[in-house]
Amino acid sequence: MPDEGFETQVQITGKGAVVELRGTVNRDAKEGMEAAYAEASQTPGEIVLDFSKVEYINSTGIAVIVGVLAMARAEDRQVGAFGLTDHYKEVFEITRLADFMNIYQDAAAD
Amino acid sequence: MFLRKRSKGNQEPGQSGTMQPETHTRSLEPIEIPPGDVLETLLLSAGGPVELSTVEVESATIERLREDGIELVVPLIGQGELLGALYLGQRLSDQPYSTDDRRLLGNLAAQVAPAMKVAQLVREQQVEAKERERIQQELQVAALIQQTLLPKELPSINGWNVDAFYRPARAVGGDFYDFIDLGEARLGVVIGDVTDKGVPAALVMATCRSMLRAAAFNHDSPSAVLADVNDALVPEIPPAMFVTCLYAIIDTDAGRVVFANAGHNLPYVRTADGVVELRATGMPLGLMPGMDYDDKVYELSDGDLMVLTSDGITEAHNPEGEMYGFSRLMGRVAAKPKNDDMVTSLVADLERWTGSDAEQEDDITLVVVRRTASAEDSAAVFHPSEGERLLAEFAVPSIEGSERLAIEKVSAAIATLGLDETRLERLKTAVGETVMNAIEHGNENDATLDVGVQVTADAGRLVVRVTDHGGDKDIPDAAIPDIEAKLAGEQTPRGWGLFLIEKMVDEVNRARENGSHIVELVMKREGDADAG
Repeated sequence: MPDEGFETQVQITGKGAVVELRGTVNRDAKEGMEAAYAEASQTPGEIVLDFSKVEYINSTGIAVIVGVLAMARAEDRQVGAFGLTDHYKEVFEITRLADFMNIYQDAAAD
Repeated sequence: MFLRKRSKGNQEPGQSGTMQPETHTRSLEPIEIPPGDVLETLLLSAGGPVELSTVEVESATIERLREDGIELVVPLIGQGELLGALYLGQRLSDQPYSTDDRRLLGNLAAQVAPAMKVAQLVREQQVEAKERERIQQELQVAALIQQTLLPKELPSINGWNVDAFYRPARAVGGDFYDFIDLGEARLGVVIGDVTDKGVPAALVMATCRSMLRAAAFNHDSPSAVLADVNDALVPEIPPAMFVTCLYAIIDTDAGRVVFANAGHNLPYVRTADGVVELRATGMPLGLMPGMDYDDKVYELSDGDLMVLTSDGITEAHNPEGEMYGFSRLMGRVAAKPKNDDMVTSLVADLERWTGSDAEQEDDITLVVVRRTASAEDSAAVFHPSEGERLLAEFAVPSIEGSERLAIEKVSAAIATLGLDETRLERLKTAVGETVMNAIEHGNENDATLDVGVQVTADAGRLVVRVTDHGGDKDIPDAAIPDIEAKLAGEQTPRGWGLFLIEKMVDEVNRARENGSHIVELVMKREGDADAG
């Protein structure tokens, strides 16, 4: 199965920033994620991660997300997420990522 | 009275009864009417009782009947066939048989004959059923003898993979194989075939096996073992039976194979440079005493694989009547199958050749011995337990991203099992994480090492086994990650893999085998949806 790679796109909104994630969230996403976080954090408010175009998240990708949450926590910034499949919602709950980020049903909720 | 017994192809006179006219004190011997006797023709054409005094033709039977005082013969005819006859001597009144007597006897015969026909058919069916039952019991006994004597376990030798396959034909031939631990890093390998089927072949096989085992510990060379067994077998074996046999002694430290052959199929060795036929000739065992056999030597290098077969493989026919043959076998041995599982590969190819529905003509026996580079041993060959159905078996290289390939293949393999979406996604995550661990920790990202994946299912469970080469490494327990510590920077953000695997499936088992590390993921097929 080809690896879709990882890309991000940051969109500034009235409440903060939405970071659209695309492809595979694994250890290779670390650099892109950190760059996107840096860009998004230029704007005050919540940073919402859009997972609706993410194909695959593995444990190393979860570690990358934990890294983002750690950075946000250090600056007392809220992090949200939407577009997660039911399975990845379950994974976020099992890993307790969901305890440290706001999980939204869709983009409109944000 | 005589009753004719029907038999296949040849009508033989059956057991006869006697009818004793009261005026006679001696018993009448049953007189048979041989098929083709002129009396048979006469009775069939007469259409009723025949008075011997009026018969103008002669035959030995007619003469004997007259000698015994028979006056009247009443044929019992069914569907144009002479089933038997009633013999009547002189009347008690000494008067000749009247027209009424003959009519009465004719009517009696006409009523008796159909019942007799039915009785004969019933008796035939009973005899045939008993014969079928006898054959079936004999086959069961033969199969039991063979299964009892074939090895229960495969040898487990460091640096070697030994595999075997035996499937009897319905008529149960006389194939056998054996492994003999000779001590001092020497393994005896036997493959043989008795030229008969059923219980006789099974008994000869049992005798031959015992002789081989005894001789193997008395001689250091395979040729001496075969010569010894041959001399012992000749006086014991039934006429027209013999045993083909190949016996090899493998020095499992040096890889040296010494072998001798008594008329058996030659072994093939797959080497890095191609397939080699190990040539050795000799008379089959049990034909004549005093035979000599030659020892041949071959050095197996790391990775070489030796295949021993029975003729049930090479002589199997396809629907067009062509034999599988040695060249096709050689071609299959040359190909390296997934996980190097030569047994599965050869059996699958044979089934493709014969057609999966074809009845197996002869026993099929395969022994595969592979010398593995101990550190470079490829993924372990799995043997599903009884009841498990193998859905897929494959290997992926130890490179990043292979876990996605494994997930895709496992998903395809279980597509028809009807796992609900939630559990399917959990299994996919567990497989991905397990394969990632195998690549990173078991195989240490060595791209030359494979990760083996096997998918099986039975009625209650779906099992995915993932094998790597980290059998000598400690297996860590799945610690519960502390996300607060991770967010506080007190713990690495990683360390989710084992935790996730444990949460995604119903059961996780781990084992070590021959330098390999195996993780077994179990998903109950009818469990509740909440596996986590």
